[in-house]
Amino acid sequence: MNFKSLLAASVLSTLSLGQAQAADYVIDTAAVHASINFRIKHLGYSWLTGRFDQFSGGFAFDAEAPADSSVQVEIDTASVNSNNAERDIHLRSGDFLDVGKFPKASFTSTSMAVTGESAVVTGDLTLHGVTREITLNADFLGGGKDPWGGVRAGFTATTTLTLADFGMTYNLGPASATIEMQLNIEGVKK
Amino acid sequence: MKSTDQGYGLPARLLHWGMAIAILAMFGLGVWMRTLSYYSTWYHRAPDIHKSIGIILLLALCLRFIWHLLDHRPDDSYLKSSERKISALVHHGFYLLLAALMAAGYLIATLDGHVISVFGWADVPALYQQKGLEDWAGLIHEWLAYALMALVVLHAAAALKHHFVDRDKTLQRMIRSNPK
Repeated sequence: MNFKSLLAASVLSTLSLGQAQAADYVIDTAAVHASINFRIKHLGYSWLTGRFDQFSGGFAFDAEAPADSSVQVEIDTASVNSNNAERDIHLRSGDFLDVGKFPKASFTSTSMAVTGESAVVTGDLTLHGVTREITLNADFLGGGKDPWGGVRAGFTATTTLTLADFGMTYNLGPASATIEMQLNIEGVKK
Repeated sequence: MKSTDQGYGLPARLLHWGMAIAILAMFGLGVWMRTLSYYSTWYHRAPDIHKSIGIILLLALCLRFIWHLLDHRPDDSYLKSSERKISALVHHGFYLLLAALMAAGYLIATLDGHVISVFGWADVPALYQQKGLEDWAGLIHEWLAYALMALVVLHAAAALKHHFVDRDKTLQRMIRSNPK
């Protein structure tokens, strides 16, 4: 392969990546068939759960070539909801998400290792102004025609984040240094 | 019981000084409790006390306003008309600011449907629920608290000025019922 074709190939792959980011499935936040949930240990005694109510995104998915899939999600950090208004004020403050300064968190996948119906999704998560590479463990749940004339596909994915990795160092105790994220994503094909 | 031309009656003075001490303590408590770490034994206790005293202060404010309407006003004809106007403005400002401050504080705690337990004696229900407004309620509560403290400084400075500079009975009236 000479330099020219190498260049052409890299341009092509950039283009297809760009296309993938544009996504042929839109995450169905409109009818709320998607959620971004989290759980974190409270004192090490129980699980505290919450979610982000506002987010958007899409994914590219082809059942024939699942390894070419990509996903992109943007979260409104101010929409954090742990079902306790006073705690949510605290979560939005400078001690945690600092939503005034960092109103958005985003995830963009960079590669995909598919095994059967599962995949390890590697990508960049930007949270609290810090961008780090993370991996998600994703499972394909199903896809196909919906009863209303559309085509849908859905996934669930989990990952564990260390709060300090993203510059959130408020001391919640040793059992609460990490937080588990769960994404339930249903997309409607454009 | 009622105030006279010479000075304020016992109920008016008790309400004034009781609320003055409580309000200053509440400001300090409010600022301090936000600095507590999660593992402080006061992390939950301090806000619980703050909310409980807040509800009691709200009742005291209502009581005081009613008493203010019923009570006799001490004679203030010795003041300049401009002083009377400014003092009326500051005093009404106190009622308005306190009412708004307490309403905002109440909303912070109850917008999500939680009740306020007043020292475990009684639960104050959430009358208005609108999750998502808690950040606004918090900001408004904070700014009104600072505005209130500015008014307190103005009020105290005016009282001291009347006492030490003008050497009149303005401050004395709030200390004893029949100042010389």
